[in-house]
Amino acid sequence: MRAHTVIFVVLSILALIAPWLGLYPVFLMKLLCFAMFACAFNLLLGYTKMLSFGHAAYFGSSAYVTGWLATVHGWGTVESILAGVAVAMLLGLVIGAIAVRRQGIYFAMITLALSQLVFFVCLQANFTGGENGLQGIPRGTLFGVMALGRDRTMYYFVLAAFVAVFVFIRRIVHSPFGQVLNAIRANEPRAISLGYKVDRYKLVAFVLSASLAGLAGSLKALVLGFVTLSDVSQGTSGEVILMTLLGGSGTFLGPVVGAILVVTLQEYLSDVVGAWVSVIIGGIFVVCVITFRRGFVGEIQRRFAPRAGELVKRAG
Amino acid sequence: MTAVFGVPLPAILGQLMLGLVNGSFYALLSLGLAVIFGLLGVVNFAHGAFYMLGAFAAYIGLQFLGVNYWCALLLAPLAVGLLGIVIERLFLRHLYQLDPLYGLLLTFGIALIAEGIMRGLFGASGKSYPVPESLQGGFNLGFMVLPIYRAWAVFASLTVCGLTWFLIERTRLGAMLRAATENARLVQAFGINVPLMVMTTYGAGVALAALAGVLAAPVTQVSPLMGSSLVIVVFAVVVIGGMGSIIGAIVSGLVLGMIEGLTKVIYPEASNIVVFVIMAMVLIWRPTGLFGRE
Repeated sequence: MRAHTVIFVVLSILALIAPWLGLYPVFLMKLLCFAMFACAFNLLLGYTKMLSFGHAAYFGSSAYVTGWLATVHGWGTVESILAGVAVAMLLGLVIGAIAVRRQGIYFAMITLALSQLVFFVCLQANFTGGENGLQGIPRGTLFGVMALGRDRTMYYFVLAAFVAVFVFIRRIVHSPFGQVLNAIRANEPRAISLGYKVDRYKLVAFVLSASLAGLAGSLKALVLGFVTLSDVSQGTSGEVILMTLLGGSGTFLGPVVGAILVVTLQEYLSDVVGAWVSVIIGGIFVVCVITFRRGFVGEIQRRFAPRAGELVKRAG
Repeated sequence: MTAVFGVPLPAILGQLMLGLVNGSFYALLSLGLAVIFGLLGVVNFAHGAFYMLGAFAAYIGLQFLGVNYWCALLLAPLAVGLLGIVIERLFLRHLYQLDPLYGLLLTFGIALIAEGIMRGLFGASGKSYPVPESLQGGFNLGFMVLPIYRAWAVFASLTVCGLTWFLIERTRLGAMLRAATENARLVQAFGINVPLMVMTTYGAGVALAALAGVLAAPVTQVSPLMGSSLVIVVFAVVVIGGMGSIIGAIVSGLVLGMIEGLTKVIYPEASNIVVFVIMAMVLIWRPTGLFGRE
C-alpha cells in the first residue's frame, strides 16, 4: 500500500514538471489523451471483461463534433467538448444497448461492426470533411479567461482533465457499482442468479466508458488541431486494445503505461521504418497474447506484491 | 425499357449480379470462419488477411513465377493453408484453454503483420490481375450481358461451399469433426487424433479464404488492405446468420451480398453500411442470429 502511494506521488510530480524537462508538450498531451482513452477502455475490458473492438467510434466521433463546433460554429472550448462527449455518450448508449444483448466474442464482433458503420458515416458525411478531415481547430479559451493557445497552458488543462478521469475511474471501480461489475467479470451467470440485472450494469459501464473515450477524443482534437478518419478507424480501436493489454488490463496504471509505450513507439518508429510499423505493432500483439497476458503492470504486481493481491481478493 | 423505382432494370440486374459475386465471397469466407470457430473456438480475425494473401499469391505467381490462373486456384490456397497450419502450431494452439477473446486478439495481430508486410513489399496501391483468357467476354442474355468470369466466380464459390457442406454434414470425417466440436475430449478418448483434426481444420478454413482471394483477384484490385474491411462485413454476416450453422453462413452471405448490390442502385450512399444496419436490426429482433441455436 505504501509503495502504491509513493508511485503515485512520484508520477504526479513527474507529470507536473514534465514540460520543463525538455519534453515536447504536444507529444506529452497526446500521451495523456491516449492514456485517458486507454483508461476508459480498461473500465470495460479490465473490470467488466467486455472487449469492445470499436472504441475508436466514440473517440473519433466526439473529436469530430468538438472540432466541427469549435471551427465552423465558433463554439467555446468547454461547450464543444461537452457536446462531443454528449454525442459519444449517446452513441455508446445506442451501440451498447444492441451489443450487450450478446456476450464475449459476439460482443466484440458486434461492437466492431457497428463502429465500422460509424466510420463509413464519418467518411461520407459533410461535416467531417471526408478524406481530408478537419483542420485548424482552435483551442479557444477556458471559461473566457485562460487562453489555451500556449502549449504549456493547454498541457495543464489536459493534465487536470486526465487526473479527474483517472480518479473518477478509481472511484467507479471501488464503488458498489464497480463491485457488481467485478462480479459480472468473474462469473456472469452467478451474478444473474443473484438477481442483478446484468445487462443494465453492463450498459451503464459501456456508456461511461464511451463518454470518457469521447472526452479523450475531444481533447486530442483540440491539442493537435485536427481530426482525421484514422481517429474513428479500426486501427485506432486496435491500438487502444494493445495499450491496455500491453500495460496490463484490470490495473489502474497499466493503460497509462501501455499508452506511453505504444504512442512513443509509433512516434519514433514511423520515421525510421515507415509502413513497417504495423508489422511491429502486430508482432507486439502476438507476443503479448502468447507470453504476456497480464501486461507490464500486471506482471510487476504479481511478482512484487502477490500477498497484497491475495488479501484484496479475500477481502473482496 | 422497364424500370423499378426509376432505376432501369439492366442496372438493377447488373448490380444484383455484382452483389451475387460479392455474396459468394462472403459465403466462402463466413463458411471458413464458422468451421474454424466451431472446432477451435477462435474467431479468426486474420481471415481477411488470408483472403488478401490468397489474391497476392495468385498475383505473385503470375508476375514472377509464371503460374497461370488455373494453377493458382489450386496452389495459392494450398500455400496459404500451409501458412495457416504453421500459425496454428506456433501460436493458436497455446490459446485453446483460454478465453476466446485471446484468439481474436492474436489473429488481429497476425492480420496486422500480414498486411504490414505486404504493404511494405508491394506498396498500398492496388494491382490488377487479368481475367484468364478462357473466361473473358460475356453471355448475352437478351436483357443484360453476363460477364463469364463473374458467372464462373459465383459457380466456383457455390460449388466449393456445397462440397464443404457435404463433407461436414454427410461424411464420416465430417461426423468426427462435428462430434469434436461438441465434445473434443470424448472424441479424443475414442482414439481420434483431435489435435491433428484441429490443425487441418484451421488450414482448410484458411485455404477457403485464400481461394476466395484468388477468385476475387480478377474482379477487384489486389491490394494489401483488401481484406481488412471485408473481414468486418463477414463478421456482421456471421452474426446475422448465427455462428453455429453452415447453411446459415452460406445463405446469409449470398443474400446479404445481393442486398448490398441492390442498395448500390437504390441508395448508393448506404451501400457500405447496409449490412451493419441489418445486423443491428437482426440483433434487436433475434439476438442469436437467424440460424443460430443457443
